Amino acid sequence: MELFQYALDNLELLMTRTIEHISLVGVAVGIATLTGVPIGIAITKNERAAKAVLYIASIIVTIPSIALFGIMIPILSIIGQGIGYMPAVIAVLLYSQLPIIRNTYTAINNVDPALREAARGVGMSQNQRLRLVEIPLAVPVIMAGVRTAVVLNIGVMAIAAYIGAGGLGTFISRGISQSDPRQLILGAVAVSVLAIIVDYSLLALQKRLTPKGMERADATA
Amino acid sequence: MIRLDNLTKVFDTPKGAVTAADHISMEVPSGEICILLGPSGCGKTTTLKMINRIIRPTSGKVFINGEDTTSLDTQDLRRSIGYVIQQIGLFPNMTIEENITVVPKLLGWDKAKYRERAREMMRMIALEPDAFLKRYPSELSGGQQQRIGVARALAADPPVMLMDEPFGAIDPINRAVIQDEFLKMQQDLKKTIMFVSHDIDEAIKMGDRIAIFRAGKLVQYSEPDELLAAPKDDFVESFLGEDRALKRLNLVKVRDLASEEIGLVRPDDTLDAALTRIEEYGYQNSIVMVNDKRQPVGIVNAAVARTTKGHCRDHFQSVPVVVSLDDDLRKVASLMFANDMTWVPCVDDDGRIVGQITQRAITHHLGSRYRTHSRDDTTLDAAASLSSNDKE
Repeated sequence: MELFQYALDNLELLMTRTIEHISLVGVAVGIATLTGVPIGIAITKNERAAKAVLYIASIIVTIPSIALFGIMIPILSIIGQGIGYMPAVIAVLLYSQLPIIRNTYTAINNVDPALREAARGVGMSQNQRLRLVEIPLAVPVIMAGVRTAVVLNIGVMAIAAYIGAGGLGTFISRGISQSDPRQLILGAVAVSVLAIIVDYSLLALQKRLTPKGMERADATA
Repeated sequence: MIRLDNLTKVFDTPKGAVTAADHISMEVPSGEICILLGPSGCGKTTTLKMINRIIRPTSGKVFINGEDTTSLDTQDLRRSIGYVIQQIGLFPNMTIEENITVVPKLLGWDKAKYRERAREMMRMIALEPDAFLKRYPSELSGGQQQRIGVARALAADPPVMLMDEPFGAIDPINRAVIQDEFLKMQQDLKKTIMFVSHDIDEAIKMGDRIAIFRAGKLVQYSEPDELLAAPKDDFVESFLGEDRALKRLNLVKVRDLASEEIGLVRPDDTLDAALTRIEEYGYQNSIVMVNDKRQPVGIVNAAVARTTKGHCRDHFQSVPVVVSLDDDLRKVASLMFANDMTWVPCVDDDGRIVGQITQRAITHHLGSRYRTHSRDDTTLDAAASLSSNDKE
């Protein structure tokens, strides 16, 4: 009850922090999609490159976020961005690469060989095959990757409050430093609720983007 | 016209080089269907796919209508060749209309023209355009999907079509229907078609010519009747099956073996006259009675004619069976067995008697080309076989 009262009293701040959080993750995953999807498509052409890229992306995900922020502070300090927005976005961008690249790669690779052959047989060029057949068929699985990246990084972004990036993590870090369970719990609950809501919204978007003729084939990953 | 000149494909595998197609040279005349037939791994599909470069030839050339395709751009080449595959391969993200018009669009037709073409194709494959064009492939049955697959291949009106076991994934009943529909379409379209199959019955039904492959080599390339009558070696013979004589029945029409000589009686003839004619023509059991238009109205039994006085019109039985000149011998043989007859009267389109076909004529036709195994004896035609044949 006390917590609920606290949330109501700080509603405006809660909203501001939530929007900050969404924009941080949104910008980072947005950029990650723009880089990850082309990389995922590109590596379908070369198995060795695919292995290398997926390996590197997997390693990046194993780096603890606190460590990653720590590494970036001296590097980004060169351009005066050692803490705050920039390192937070870059960290999320890096973490997002694995689910997006891997899902894109898998989806394009798993397009039915018969459809590939049909697309070649009717005389489509490589670009036409990608644009007209392979990417539309891969969209559900690529979107599932984007969803994974978003949900994963809503959590990561909470930690970015320690390097001054803002967002809902601020409640948590202050809750800890000020020994204030109200702030701590509010932050934690808000992060979880946000993750769930965003996941469902993206699922709805994924369904809309799935080509009509293949609704039954949509991925739930 | 499709001509293959020493077309060869060697695959590099971990176990060493494998020659999938070994110097294949053959020619399919314009407007004909050539079936590439053989067991799995014999090189028939590899050969087909080298024509539109789905598989790149190691060496050799492909000529289409006299033109060497080596110099053509791969995409241009493929757009000028209809391609149908066993897995159908309709694009699930596209509507039926988008699937059918994919090649016309790639060729840059304008919208009105390709949309009209889609409707035209739907009518050709006997599917209602308004009911189907806006639907997606997943909403259609397998048979309907493969009809669309054929329509997609034909949409840009290519002179040449390649079909890789196109009806292999369809249930037997629908397969027969689609085969018939396709043959009917082909009568008007007159495409030059290469068609891979592993089904000897399909090959005989669909093919103007059949090419038998084994271990990457073209073993025999003949017309179906020639193939069944004179298999080149033991492999071809065993591949065709021990019932290959019966399979030939499908290929021969009544027209080819019918004799114009047939003894008939009229309703006004006396039974004595009927008996005389039965003996004159050497029939054992009965004779056909016809009306003024030469349409069969009954048969008069020899046993009745011997023991009874009177006119044919009062002592006849119904005609068991007649066959049309365009029926195949398989149907005739079946009717003969079912009705315990050694001959069947043949009628034209108006139902008038034009002759008869006898069991002797059929067995003689089939047997005459088996006894020798050589091509020299195959000139024996239907007329010759009939003239030496006793009437029954």
